[in-house]
Amino acid sequence: MEALQLLISGISQGCVYGLIALGFVLIYKATEMVNFAQGDIMMLGAYVAITFISLWEVPYYWAVPATILVMATVGVVLERVLLRPMIGEPHFAVLMLTIGLGFVLRALAGAIWGNEPRALPMPYVGEVLRFGDVVVGYENLAIILGTALLCLLMWLFFSFTRIGVAMQAASQNQLAAFYVGIPVKRMFSLVWALSAAIAAIAGVLTAPVSLVDPLIGFVGIKAFAAAIVGGFGSMPGAIIGGLLVGVVEQFAGLYLPPGFSDMSAYLLLLLMLVIRPQGLFATMQKKKV
Amino acid sequence: MRFIRKTRYEQDIQLVKHNGQLFWFGLLLLAVLTGPLWLDRFLMGEFALVFIYAIAGLGLMILVGYTGLVSLGHAAFLAVGAYVHAYFLTLGLPFPFTMLIATLFSALVGGLIAVPALRMTGIYLAVATLAFAVIVEQVLVHWVSVTGGFRGLAVPKPELFGLNFAGPTAFYFMCLLLLLVCLWLVLNLLRSPAGRAMTAVRDSETSAESMGIHIARTKTLAFALSAGFTGLAGALFAHRLTYLAPDAFTIITSIQLLLMVVVGGLGSLHGVIYGAIFIGLLPQGIAIFRDSVPPALAQIPGLEPAIFGLILILFLVYEPLGIYGRWRKVRLFFEEFPLYRKSTYKRQKSFLRTERLH
Amino acid sequence: MSLLRAEKISVHFGGVKAVQEVSFAVERGEVFSIVGPNGAGKTTIFNLISRIYDCTHGQVFFDNEDITTVPTHKIAELGIARTFQNTELFEQESVLSNLLIGCHVHRRTNLVSELLFLPAVRRQELAFRKTVEDVIELLDLQSYRDQIIGNLPYGVRKMVEIARALCLQPRLLLLDEPSSGLNPEETDDLSFWLEDINQELGITVIMVEHDMNLVSQASDRVLALADGQLVTIGAPAEVQNHPEVLRAYLGD
Repeated sequence: MEALQLLISGISQGCVYGLIALGFVLIYKATEMVNFAQGDIMMLGAYVAITFISLWEVPYYWAVPATILVMATVGVVLERVLLRPMIGEPHFAVLMLTIGLGFVLRALAGAIWGNEPRALPMPYVGEVLRFGDVVVGYENLAIILGTALLCLLMWLFFSFTRIGVAMQAASQNQLAAFYVGIPVKRMFSLVWALSAAIAAIAGVLTAPVSLVDPLIGFVGIKAFAAAIVGGFGSMPGAIIGGLLVGVVEQFAGLYLPPGFSDMSAYLLLLLMLVIRPQGLFATMQKKKV
Repeated sequence: MRFIRKTRYEQDIQLVKHNGQLFWFGLLLLAVLTGPLWLDRFLMGEFALVFIYAIAGLGLMILVGYTGLVSLGHAAFLAVGAYVHAYFLTLGLPFPFTMLIATLFSALVGGLIAVPALRMTGIYLAVATLAFAVIVEQVLVHWVSVTGGFRGLAVPKPELFGLNFAGPTAFYFMCLLLLLVCLWLVLNLLRSPAGRAMTAVRDSETSAESMGIHIARTKTLAFALSAGFTGLAGALFAHRLTYLAPDAFTIITSIQLLLMVVVGGLGSLHGVIYGAIFIGLLPQGIAIFRDSVPPALAQIPGLEPAIFGLILILFLVYEPLGIYGRWRKVRLFFEEFPLYRKSTYKRQKSFLRTERLH
Repeated sequence: MSLLRAEKISVHFGGVKAVQEVSFAVERGEVFSIVGPNGAGKTTIFNLISRIYDCTHGQVFFDNEDITTVPTHKIAELGIARTFQNTELFEQESVLSNLLIGCHVHRRTNLVSELLFLPAVRRQELAFRKTVEDVIELLDLQSYRDQIIGNLPYGVRKMVEIARALCLQPRLLLLDEPSSGLNPEETDDLSFWLEDINQELGITVIMVEHDMNLVSQASDRVLALADGQLVTIGAPAEVQNHPEVLRAYLGD
């Protein structure tokens, strides 16, 4: 039964990784840019939620949509100010840019909200669900259900709406998409808004489980590893990669010597890159000559 | 404006291209060689640090600037070099020997990393190097018998024939000498087939292969050389730190190295030097900034990485060619005045996905 | 005995049969053209010969040596050079650097001697430079020598790519659509250069081309390809008037 308990914890943590990974993949698919600051945007989302709920005493079920809206706006602002001048620049430059952005966001968060860990109050926190010997906290349940719901919404969005298809075109060839009338720049803003919103949801869901401090964004690096494990161009891959990393981490903590559980995301990543570099789901492309 | 009339092929091959270069570089060399005469102890230490960063920067530039392989975890090689050097010093081996071992061991690790790295491109490679760096950090923490774990490893003073090389003057000259040697080696590399093979792999792998270049071998070489230079820098760095602990070699350190290479100017050795000076002087600059700014702003923990991040962002958006690039533009402006055109350095954007694949 | 012989080479990409059982032989010293509508598989054949793709079936022989499974980078060593349809030059380097890389197969020095820039390396550099300068003179690229590729006009890039292939001092040169994107004057120059390359330097040339004038002017024999299959091989005039070829180009 311990295994089942670990599995549930793993899935719950894995969902958080998966959500952040989803944000990465979304931006990558649409703009071919890698946003290394995704984890830090999640951190910001958690802090904004804390501001609404703890500092301004907004009820939880109003605060969450408000947070999502605020973070979506933040995403758009970041895109317009920083990323738009970088369209067409080599990938490496954008990667470095977002790394720099991460540093700035962390310092900003520390300056505004202080570096002491804070808690995010959530309704039903502390209550649990019992299946026999297995105990599932409501927070974990919220994470898992929230992630599942979000995935469903995303799938519907990309499969059945014009915007979803337009985003795919923009990701293949920005100039050509522009010529056929797709407002490429608006697509980019939309994608960043969406990504930031997802990150905000991840922040809101994970905050009750672990306290919030400016450094929680570092989970983004593990999420990145998860995205690659799943296959970097694939959205289901991102979620599954996240789940895989989450579960492996939990079991590594139990069965392997200390220190390995921290490393397990990276070991899994290196393993995947060696065996199957394109990840579980995506395909790598080679230039056609 | 200088027009060079070339009459011999040698003029393109030799390191000093014309008398103007000879004059200015000669002056620079004279200035640094006579450093102890006009620098105080503290500044000599700072200059030595700049030299160390420059050696590490050479390593990173070979990989990123010349072969086009991004490494987000280069601090790992710095750490390997530092720890191997310190460990063998504690065993009593003479320090030139341990430096050599550290360099070679680092190069070996670099070559080994290349084996899986060969299958990865661009972003995947960057993340793999990051993962590698994290793993190295964990090894440093947990392999207590060798590295001392969190408690750290004290670095014995480098002594040879009774002479103490850790004194400011001696250390300054040691770092300077090694930097000059490394610069010479890299300049030789760049004007010979091996170096050209690396830039070929960076610009077009398919084409390079069709020209007879062995891609895997070239990349492995690039990794090994890069790791070797950085390892040497690590060995010198160990003496600067005098006490090694895993938290001296974090991802922030890796980013700092990348910052040096990007801000200095990617793809040129001038860039390495400018970048090293920038990174070396930045902590002083931040300290001055801290003093002149209200305490609320100055006390933010993480201010230093934030300023790194900000500078990185500003350079990437406004001056991707780095400090060296800006210098070249300024110089061109004065040379071609009043006929200077901004479009000389207009950035070529690539919009097609396959243009950005390799 | 032919310099290059392809025997029933095929390559399949999933369900797409890009090249199906094509056989041909190219004699030493001739100029051999491959023509066909777009998508016929011409560049794919080049990619098979220069080992960028693997043959699904069939064999390729160069000077009677089986090169069907040779590693890609060995092809240049064997003396086969190629140009690409969309020029694959080293964009951030100068023309001179690009051409010097063409000499890479003649490198005899190792890494250590290069790091130390021993006299042997210096001598080799001078020898390479001489080779490169000869090619520059042949193709009139003197004024572009030190310019970065990224700044060059399209016609010049095509010539630089041919020049780079020549620096290899190959026995066989594969030219992929050398005249595409060139104006009539440049195409005329190209046909003269092709003649020089073939006659003076003695290099066997295989050319994928769409410009039928250039093909009839410059080639000894022509191979017509359609839908990955061989239609006919023969003298330019014959092939151009062959009913199957006309049908492939003009439809029924």
